[in-house]
Amino acid sequence: MAILSGAVGGLVLRNPVMLAAGILGTTGSSLRRAARAGAGCVVTKSVGATPREGHPGPVVVQVEGGLLNAMGLPNPSYKIFQEDIDLARQGGVPVVASIFGDGPEEFAEVASGLDADCFELNLSCPHAERYGSEIGCEPSNVEDITRAVKKNVDVPVWVKLTPNVADIVSLGKAAQRGGADAVVAINTLKAMAIDVETGRPILGNRFGGLSGPAIKPVAIRCVFDLSATLEVPVIGVGGISSWEDAAEMILAGAQGVQVGTALAGGYGIFGEITAGLEHYLVRKGLTLMELRGAAGRTP
Amino acid sequence: MRPVNAVIREVAEENPTVRTFRFDPSFDPVPGQYLMVWVRGTDEVPMGFSYRDGITVQSLGEATEALFGLGPGDSVGLRGPLGNGFDLVGDRILLVGGGVGAAPLALLGERAREDGLEVTSLMGFRCRSDLIFRSRFEKMGDLVITTDDGSEGVCGRASVGLERLDPGSYDQIYLCGPEPMMIDVIRRCHGSESKIQASINRYIKCGMGVCGSCCLDPEGIRVCVEGPVIRADRLLESEFGRYKRGPSGLKEYCGR
Repeated sequence: MAILSGAVGGLVLRNPVMLAAGILGTTGSSLRRAARAGAGCVVTKSVGATPREGHPGPVVVQVEGGLLNAMGLPNPSYKIFQEDIDLARQGGVPVVASIFGDGPEEFAEVASGLDADCFELNLSCPHAERYGSEIGCEPSNVEDITRAVKKNVDVPVWVKLTPNVADIVSLGKAAQRGGADAVVAINTLKAMAIDVETGRPILGNRFGGLSGPAIKPVAIRCVFDLSATLEVPVIGVGGISSWEDAAEMILAGAQGVQVGTALAGGYGIFGEITAGLEHYLVRKGLTLMELRGAAGRTP
Repeated sequence: MRPVNAVIREVAEENPTVRTFRFDPSFDPVPGQYLMVWVRGTDEVPMGFSYRDGITVQSLGEATEALFGLGPGDSVGLRGPLGNGFDLVGDRILLVGGGVGAAPLALLGERAREDGLEVTSLMGFRCRSDLIFRSRFEKMGDLVITTDDGSEGVCGRASVGLERLDPGSYDQIYLCGPEPMMIDVIRRCHGSESKIQASINRYIKCGMGVCGSCCLDPEGIRVCVEGPVIRADRLLESEFGRYKRGPSGLKEYCGR
């Protein structure tokens, strides 16, 4: 699989297909399982400064073309998460800690308290008060928080962006100014489902974030625009569930891709996507680097 | 799937803290499978089938208390049947249940009898007034009852009742109950672990194998889709019997 190996966002990966944040990332054992199933690296569930139990259920609803979720950032806090990162590392691939906080100080506190191979800043969760996209929709917050974390760690820092804004590129530029090693696009789209029998919103939190195939075209557009403008690499996420989706995301300009909702079909997805990508590159006689962003270079 | 609207057809009080809710529509579950029960306005919680159209619930927390406030004509939202249920194996089987854990085993035993299997049941309760589904188990075959206080049957936990039986003589043993009781039974059946199927309880939220809140250490078994029924030899290699994760992911160590 040498054809798939290379640098992604400051890490060297055996392949560019990663486990996305928030999916099977609560425990070191499930992260290690994803690594052993073939992921190029794994991103943990987001951890913060204090334990949170998350929103009341339902926390997930299956909708047309994907999943709607409002987990509510459940996590045991960074103070006891290190043992799970250490266990995940036994999977033999880099472990990216997804972290959240309410501002630069709290982000810096969480990052300083963890030993991980990379940090992904969750500035984009659409359903938690005071966190995620509530602060991450402001470019100045994105810049300040990125800078604060960069100052406190000596591993790559990725910034995961929200698509729930008029101009995602301005958020990407802010992350770049703050010193980000890569941006990750996109988090879920703010969305809602209502039970017609009772007129009640289905999610316990009323609204949540949409993931899965329905959001892939949105993600492709965001990655295309971001990679056309930014100097730092872009990691694409949103609805990837086949090697064709991964190839499309790389054609749009992604240096790596993340897979989330498709894990509902099992851990075998990593092997399927990497094998398919490899065959595709061989058939086309292309390297990953030649494939990346090719859609923007077509006449 | 989205939650299906289900109307409560009937509520039966099985004992002072346990009730059975029968729904319209009915489902076609494999015994051991579960439903995500959305008690609107409160929470969504996993509950195993005790009938094709019903669940049997012990009032323990916010969601179950809210469910106990509902009666015939009221409705809930249901997702399911979900998960991996019991697999019927062989000709002679033993059901070992504790407390409300008897519920999915009652459905399993009835299915086994329909298929012509010989069924023996060992059911443990705290006391005589906690007994549930006695007549369902009696109809299937031999039944041994144990109570912690000796007010009915053999005095002691269900695992003590194992001494009255020959666990090695059954083709398969099916377990559901409190975790300390289940791990005790598994240890007493040393050497037969691959013939024991246990339905276990973990913090299930999504029910579709994506959120990771129910994963078992150290292999990352997703209880919500690969379970809740898991073979005992796999359980012995896991956290089972030692700790489980709570809502935030914090470990909660099992009291004995």
